[in-house]
Amino acid sequence: MKKLTLLINIVAYGTMAFLYLPLMAVAFFSVNNTKYGLAWKGFTLDWYLALFQNEVILTAAWNTLILAVISTLVSTVLGTALAIGLDRFPWPRKMNTTFDLVLHLPVIIPDIILAAALVVVFSFLRTFSGLFEPGLFTMIIGHITFQIAFVALVVRSRLVSIGKEVEEAARDLYATTPYLLRRVTLPLLMPGIIAGAMLAFTLSLDDFVISFFTAGPDSITLPLYIFAAVRRVVTPQIHALSTLVLFATIALVIVMERLSQKINKKNVLMEIDN
Amino acid sequence: MNKLMIWYGELLTQKNLIKRGALFLTPGMLWLMIFLILPGLILVLVSFAGRGSYGELVWEFSLENYSRLMGFGVFGWTPDYIVILLRSAWVAIVTTGISVLLSYPLCFFIAGKPKRTRFLWLTLVIIPFWTNMVIRTYSWFLILAPELPLAKLAAWLKIISPGMALYPSAFAVYLGMVSMFLPFVALPLFSSVERLDWTLVEAAQDLYASNFRIFMHAILPQTLPGLSVGVILTFVPAMGMFVVPDLLGGAKYMLVGNLIQQQFGASRDWAFGAAISMGLMILTLFSLYLYRKKINNTELI
Repeated sequence: MKKLTLLINIVAYGTMAFLYLPLMAVAFFSVNNTKYGLAWKGFTLDWYLALFQNEVILTAAWNTLILAVISTLVSTVLGTALAIGLDRFPWPRKMNTTFDLVLHLPVIIPDIILAAALVVVFSFLRTFSGLFEPGLFTMIIGHITFQIAFVALVVRSRLVSIGKEVEEAARDLYATTPYLLRRVTLPLLMPGIIAGAMLAFTLSLDDFVISFFTAGPDSITLPLYIFAAVRRVVTPQIHALSTLVLFATIALVIVMERLSQKINKKNVLMEIDN
Repeated sequence: MNKLMIWYGELLTQKNLIKRGALFLTPGMLWLMIFLILPGLILVLVSFAGRGSYGELVWEFSLENYSRLMGFGVFGWTPDYIVILLRSAWVAIVTTGISVLLSYPLCFFIAGKPKRTRFLWLTLVIIPFWTNMVIRTYSWFLILAPELPLAKLAAWLKIISPGMALYPSAFAVYLGMVSMFLPFVALPLFSSVERLDWTLVEAAQDLYASNFRIFMHAILPQTLPGLSVGVILTFVPAMGMFVVPDLLGGAKYMLVGNLIQQQFGASRDWAFGAAISMGLMILTLFSLYLYRKKINNTELI
């Protein structure tokens, strides 16, 4: 048994090193005082300072944020309504199965297929309206489309876990529908809604494929910028940018953990399968 | 339809209830119809269309894209596209397999930690899970660079010539893929490992089961729910992945994701791209179906 524990420890530490060595290398070389090569030439923060003078990068950061915020707001509202609509009404069994399948589509179909489908549809819609020219607007639509399903799944799992007794009690006391929603259902749902919104937000920041297919020349986001840059040449400035994104991610994860300590986050992942 | 009923303690007609339900359901469902279901169906249609000389779609029904995907071209039959499709499936399977193999020890390791540090270790797995995939992929450029020990070792072993990087290569693609998807398996798996009923493991030990049998009979069935979520969350995106093979595989190790991206990018052959997407979708859904079937069978035993 002792041997097994040792083996488990070695594999676990090895795996963690495997996950973190590349990221640590990026952080390490982001403060290296040389433009080319990987030889250590002393510590500098110049690459970080240069970032804040780079118009393209600042615009990309702004685009990334706008995209994530707007798509999260819309998808949280739509997804929450969808979850309530699915869980709290007596739909026939067949309809429920269909809805369920639709919600799970973004999970069981590779995102590149959704991206391809969106490219085609936007090109049709473009003949009706200039709004669908590749750009921030089409990217927002693309992001909302995959976010809705995830928000709805998370909120629905919360709906199931809070049960219907409290709502029944409120109804017995003659609560009207708006009052019930405002004072009972939504407050009880709030942890689920926040978890869903956080999930949607991080999914948007994390997304590359949908953005890559639907972006226009003026709507570069940070992942798109980094991708285009490293395909040409890898510079320490890109390392600095990536390190900042990494730190932002760590901060976001910690905030997420704090916010949703009550809800079991791993249940979120479980729910996606059901 | 107009009969009165009690629903959630409220007395109302069925018609009113359905109407209210539709009010909640419609905006979201409509969105998914317009931007998910409809585009999917249009993509199916497009896969039967043709390509005009300027890369525009030509609406004449033909199976040409599919026969091209099967390898029948102007110059006779080549297995290129089929090879890429099967290779993608293979890479996805290997990636999922290695991720599962590494995730079990990792999860047991974390589950064995005292409560305070367990949370910290878990956060350390969650961080890469949420870190942008472009950054996580290109970070391997550094580790695999010619100046660093790994490439030097490979050069010393005469696997590559000195001064060469370890990418682009199939090896780099596997490294990138496993490191990308490992947290996708480990996190759902951990939620199952955490809830493991250890008395069953002890019972197996009391009955002198080997470590392998303990795993198969006492641990695997209990962790199957988490494992299945992890497998699906890994296998599906791994099948369509194009960032990792694009950056770490180059032209040397193309996957179906690159092929689709090419058709929608440089080649501008949307109809063929749509047909490849259909191929990818069928392959993915078929694999998931096989997995489900296999799992259901093992559960019966």
